[in-house]
Amino acid sequence: MFIKLITTLGAAALIALSSAPAYAWEPTKSVEFVVPAGTGGGADQMARLIQGMIIKHDLMKQPMVVVNKSGGAGAEGFLDVKGAKGNPHKIIITLSNLFTTPLATGVPFNWTDLTPVAMLALDEFVLWVNADSPYKSAKDYLDAVKAGDDNQFKMAGTGSKQEDHIITVALGKAAGKKLTYVPFKGGGDVAVQLVGGHVNSTVNNPIEAVAHWRAGKLRPLCVFDDKPLPYKTRVTDTMAWSDIPTCRQSGIDVDYLMLRGIFMAPGVTPEQVNYYVDLFRRVRALPEWQEFMEKGAFNPTFLVGNEYSDWARKAEGTHKSLMQEAGFIAK
Amino acid sequence: MEEFSNLLHGFAIALTWQNLMFMFVGILLGVLIGVLPGLGGANGVAILLPLTFSMPPTSAIIMLSCIYWGALFGGAITSILFNIPGEPWSVATTFDGYPMAQQGRAGEALTAAFTSSFVGALFAVIVITFLAPLVARFALRFGPAEFFAVQLLTFCSFVGLARSAPAKTIAAMMLGFALASVGLDTVTGTLRMTFGSTELLRGFDFLIAVIGLFGIGEILLTMEEGLAFKGVRARINPKVVLHTWAQLPKYWMTALRGTLIGCWMGITPGGATPASFMSYGVAKRLSRDGHKFGTGQIEGVIAPETAAHAAGTSALLPMLTLGIPGSPTAAVLLGGLLIWGLQPGPLLFVEQKDFVWGLIASMYLANIVGLAIVLTTVPWWAAILRVPFSIIAPIIVVICSVGAFTVHNALFDVALMLVFGVVGYLFKKLDYPLAPMVLALVLGDLAESSFRQAMLLSQGSMTIFWANGLVGGIVALALLMLVWPLLSGFLAKFRRGGDAHLANERPIE
Repeated sequence: MFIKLITTLGAAALIALSSAPAYAWEPTKSVEFVVPAGTGGGADQMARLIQGMIIKHDLMKQPMVVVNKSGGAGAEGFLDVKGAKGNPHKIIITLSNLFTTPLATGVPFNWTDLTPVAMLALDEFVLWVNADSPYKSAKDYLDAVKAGDDNQFKMAGTGSKQEDHIITVALGKAAGKKLTYVPFKGGGDVAVQLVGGHVNSTVNNPIEAVAHWRAGKLRPLCVFDDKPLPYKTRVTDTMAWSDIPTCRQSGIDVDYLMLRGIFMAPGVTPEQVNYYVDLFRRVRALPEWQEFMEKGAFNPTFLVGNEYSDWARKAEGTHKSLMQEAGFIAK
Repeated sequence: MEEFSNLLHGFAIALTWQNLMFMFVGILLGVLIGVLPGLGGANGVAILLPLTFSMPPTSAIIMLSCIYWGALFGGAITSILFNIPGEPWSVATTFDGYPMAQQGRAGEALTAAFTSSFVGALFAVIVITFLAPLVARFALRFGPAEFFAVQLLTFCSFVGLARSAPAKTIAAMMLGFALASVGLDTVTGTLRMTFGSTELLRGFDFLIAVIGLFGIGEILLTMEEGLAFKGVRARINPKVVLHTWAQLPKYWMTALRGTLIGCWMGITPGGATPASFMSYGVAKRLSRDGHKFGTGQIEGVIAPETAAHAAGTSALLPMLTLGIPGSPTAAVLLGGLLIWGLQPGPLLFVEQKDFVWGLIASMYLANIVGLAIVLTTVPWWAAILRVPFSIIAPIIVVICSVGAFTVHNALFDVALMLVFGVVGYLFKKLDYPLAPMVLALVLGDLAESSFRQAMLLSQGSMTIFWANGLVGGIVALALLMLVWPLLSGFLAKFRRGGDAHLANERPIE
């Protein structure tokens, strides 16, 4: 046993000596990359893309393993990382459920239980209608909702008391009329329900609906951000992402962006956090990442350290007040 | 026939040495994944996905989809040999496959299962090749009400079949519904019956329940009955494949029905698991030997296997044309498309001809390769039953435990599986049927969400279930299926004017 330990240590030392870029800390075993959502969703796609890029470009000496812990709207994954105090071999990618799940379900965790690493990107939300519908602008749609009855207009979205639902309630507030919200399991299903004409609108992320937009089945009305999207390459024959106006311009005073960020277990050292910050900096610099950002029309903001924590604190406050107003907070 | 030239072009792409090798590796891995319960196609594909990142997209999807085909084939193996469904869609295969193995006809059951899988898949690929745009448009007509109607149809085509007392069937089914409702409720976004426990957040996974109920339950029963598998006397006959093939053409009607049900369920998308249950139920209703189902009828293997494979294959169609996954594995493949820089959706067929037709051509090839691989292994699989129980049983328990663990990487699930094993044992001892409980567990969640989504859309009005011809037709068919046993009983009575026939119907047990 002792001899084995010595040889392992020796081998580890040799490897450490022979490899060039010196880190204050490096993973000594495989790193678990927790996805607090099911396989195939947006967070899962991003995690597996990152895993693939790390393998392809040989960015890590130890393997990275993606693990889905989607139970209880992601609470399972967050509790797992929260409970792994001081374990530097576990990171988690978040979506808005970092804020919404504890508020909506009362499961005991908060983002401050985790160690922030880096914000990788923000996911945008766009108001979509069927291309056959008469609404050409967000204002047309808003006016129609205003003129209609409560619950007459139907919005499909992903999950309940989560991002899509929150935006729907906020949109209803802007119109002064209630919208019927119908929750589905995944963004792909939601987009198809709109194409099939079973609902009136969705707030799909760009990547979930872009294929139907390009095929001429869906029409984007506005983006829930304070400025238009930066991507100027034509997506359809006539429009680029940057041509979609903001919802504010159309009198819908709602902004919403979803966090795609990385957190670690509590109680890890700054050296350990820095290793991952550096890793994700290098991932972001790769052409595959740029391409993915453009395909999904992401907001590619990258934040670390205090800036990241400040952003998260602010986002938590926003979620709290939005969900309070909507009556989504668990008692 | 533009499709023909496209398809030939696809074959030219798929038939490179490199792609054939990926195909072979994929099938072998897939069969292995299918054999191991718990490690499903979705998990297997997800694990390998990042490795394909540096491959050309066409080779990557060929390999990954081959894992999927392999898993579809492989799922039947343990269902037949040990009553442990390797995959959710092979639960229905255990109903007749396992009794066949116990009678020493494991080779026959395996051959029938593999061959029917192949037939189902082939038919579905032909549908994909020639009817893709048409079928995609049809799938768009499915809203929540239509989904609920399909799930209702699955229930109704299966529910009248139980061999036990009706009260016991209902009790088993209600228990299944209760278990299915644990965890997060997707419609309200709140937790149900988790009692503050972290472990219960996941709810009760269908796979873990099935591994325990069938696998561990069966081992407990066998231990009680004398520590030996009943199939020990199985002769190992290399010609078993040919002998079975000679019998199969008789059952073309069952195969055709299974295939049609499978294609329909894959496209709508209902999924392979409900398709296999529905097909088994319908076959039992309509077959001349229906009353013998559950005692080792080869038709009872053909029906679920053709449907499962047809559904599994056609589930890729809505994924490619609409970007909605028809099965969990298709969901992971969908993520793969995005990672490889392809956009699934209506334009994929226009913009990525090489990719789409390469994939479709590979489906033809892979199913032929897959069938050849699995059929050559039939005698060996059957030979496993000759290994003494005292050696094989501990191995099965280990494999089941590993399988239960891999579903969610949670140790609690292993304990849960053992509990389900005891439940399975008690159910059999007390003569409660397992199938209704399993069906309720797999469909309860889906049916509940669809029903409540439909209710939200219609503002609580039930008229949504006959609002158009499609949904009304399916609901009517479901109700017809539900009352079929009564109806056929009456008809028989009317025709024969006596109770003799009904008396014959009873002793299925």
